[in-house]
Amino acid sequence: MNRPTRQLLSGDEAVALAARDAGVALGTGYPGTPSTEILETFDALGGRAQWAPNEKVALEVAIGVAFAGARAIATMKHVGLNVAADPLFTVAYTGVRGALIVVTADDPGMASSQNEQDNRHFAAAAGVPMLEPSDSQEAYDFTLSAIEISERWGVPVLLRLTTRVCHSKTIVQPRQSALEAPAPAFERNIKARVMIPAYARPAHRRLRAKLAEIAAWNQTSGPWRRIDGNPALGIITSGISFVHAREAAPEASVLKLGMTYPLPMETIRQFAAGIERPMVIEEGDPYLAEAIRAAGITVEAKPEMFRFGELDVARVRRILAGDTTPEAPPAPGTPPNLCQGCPHRIVFAALKELDCIVSGDIGCYSLGVLPPFEAMDTLVCMGAAIGVGLGLRHALPAADARRVVSVIGDSTFVHSGITGLVEMIYNPPATGHLLLILDNGTTAMTGLQEHPGTGRTLDHERTGKVVFEDLARTLGVQRVHVVDPTLNPAAFRDLVKECLDSGQLSVIVARRNCLLAAGKIKEYERCDGPAE
Amino acid sequence: MALPNKVTNIVVAGLGGQGVLTASDIIAGVAFARGLDVKKSEVHGMSQRGGSVASDVRFGGQVFSPMVPPGEADFLVLLDQDQLEPNRAALAPDGVLLHPGMLDPVTAANQRSRNVALAGMLSAWLDFGEREWIDAIRASLPARHHESNIQVFKAGRAAGQKIRNGGNS
Ligand SMILES: Cc1ncc(C[n+]2csc(CCOP(=O)(O)OP(=O)(O)O)c2C)c(N)n1
Ligand code: SF4
Repeated sequence: MNRPTRQLLSGDEAVALAARDAGVALGTGYPGTPSTEILETFDALGGRAQWAPNEKVALEVAIGVAFAGARAIATMKHVGLNVAADPLFTVAYTGVRGALIVVTADDPGMASSQNEQDNRHFAAAAGVPMLEPSDSQEAYDFTLSAIEISERWGVPVLLRLTTRVCHSKTIVQPRQSALEAPAPAFERNIKARVMIPAYARPAHRRLRAKLAEIAAWNQTSGPWRRIDGNPALGIITSGISFVHAREAAPEASVLKLGMTYPLPMETIRQFAAGIERPMVIEEGDPYLAEAIRAAGITVEAKPEMFRFGELDVARVRRILAGDTTPEAPPAPGTPPNLCQGCPHRIVFAALKELDCIVSGDIGCYSLGVLPPFEAMDTLVCMGAAIGVGLGLRHALPAADARRVVSVIGDSTFVHSGITGLVEMIYNPPATGHLLLILDNGTTAMTGLQEHPGTGRTLDHERTGKVVFEDLARTLGVQRVHVVDPTLNPAAFRDLVKECLDSGQLSVIVARRNCLLAAGKIKEYERCDGPAE
Repeated sequence: MALPNKVTNIVVAGLGGQGVLTASDIIAGVAFARGLDVKKSEVHGMSQRGGSVASDVRFGGQVFSPMVPPGEADFLVLLDQDQLEPNRAALAPDGVLLHPGMLDPVTAANQRSRNVALAGMLSAWLDFGEREWIDAIRASLPARHHESNIQVFKAGRAAGQKIRNGGNS
């Protein structure tokens, strides 16, 4: 192959390039910062990439591809792995034939997330080997290693990225020769693939045996690196923390881990034994420090205050100096806001005016919580708008219950709102309920991705379309309205009031394209020709 | 400033939609093409709604962290005057602050190309030739924007050179 020997790529782009070079047959996932660009780049490089309705479905599709003997990659942000956890834990038992790579993009510091959970715990909990790249070169190399490990041991592999690795651009030298992709074929293996209890019990033992082998391999030939510097200070680290630590303490000895589950514990023991002050530098939870201490190795861990937020060079210097004086809060920047002319604005102005109790959800419209609207009372996770709204209605006195509205975006509704709507039909509150679906024709929050409600694929080709109003009517919702709230804001407000007063189950689809997406949507529709 | 083994630290800051990332792409691109080690880092995600955006570019012989440590930026390039406060702590004591007020009024008034104008101003302090910058602009922008942006870049560069020589910032 003849291609550039040196490229400046983000971690996300590097993962995509490696997936392409390894002949990955299908990339699937659900958008989520900072993981979104992996599939977009994979698509642009000619790979087959598709958005799934949510991360669970994405992982299930990827499992099917890997069962068929082909290579699959499923991408998601950290909280997406919560949604996909059910298949993850059991595919660890079944194992796979073709490679199955699950990318989790964690967001320490919560640049754009609702929590900063540390998904390294998932690897240990599910028994799935995990690799943690530090920069784009490793994102490329480790994606290829993950594929090799996955196929050699027939296990899924977790590739854990963090925001800084995903979004920093660093230099990548790609391999000149691609990994040969296997030919897919169905191989019947009922006892390995059908997890009834009788077959799952031995499968769990098989998994633990594989993990023991992988741990031994990690020990002797895993992707760890030792820098023998001054033995006074020895830093055990992984991921982005490695580069911060190198800069903060260039003279220190370093053991840099690449595969952080299962850990190469003897390597760590030997390293620590030759060091006066062995110290773990890691972002997020004390995952490494606790595992290493549990193995009976004495290491220093960071003070509790550094569990929160991202690390950087300055914070690593503080950890090394044992400095726990309070840190200056970051200077406040300009907060984001709904675009001027955003259709969501009309909706929140109405909800504020009607003094609704708003059970909210995640998307651009979450910004309805900020002034001047301050019209969102709860936000937990994607899809929660509906369930939480119903719960409020069940428990509040009737006068307050009647003020409760669930508000959800179109992409979020498809992701995990549909089962909430089923719950609304099945266990209706005595006061009825109102669900507002804010259909702006795109997944705006993460950069304008398509979803099943737009009727276009990841690369904007026409495909099957989920029509929300049809779905609501089919499920038996009593009042279903479709309106463009921007045409007549007062009429929209009156419609909301009417639905609340009716005591019935209502769905209003507020349909108006996102301002930033409107031009592109028009263009896609023109290319598609008239709908049949 | 760009001695072979010294790392040069640049922070570009502005608001979502002002082209912060394009400016930092151009700067990273020129260093990359020279064969230097380069890292560029920013947090994006919700930037389309006009919030603060900052992008770090570091280049030199070997760069470790992709983030410029606080107080170590050799250059703070502001695309929006109001973004000084949130980013002031990035700048080294002897660092150079560049902002739209230092451009000539005509160039500064053009909001859409301020990012390239300020990259031009910055170029007056860095050891890359005009050709290298122009190549980096071509690599970072769609073809239809090349000519106009190269003109803007040159205007920013001229203004920067004047300030460096005259020292009237
Ligand atoms: C499980 C999970 N996956 C992904 C995300 C990231 N995310 C949050 S909201 C959202 C979709 C927003 O789209 P939509 O509901 O259409 O609202 P819009 O931004 O268009 O207003 C995404 C992808 C998340 N927070 N949680
Ligand atoms: S990107 Fe679209 S949905 Fe998001 S705030 Fe702007 S107009 Fe509204």
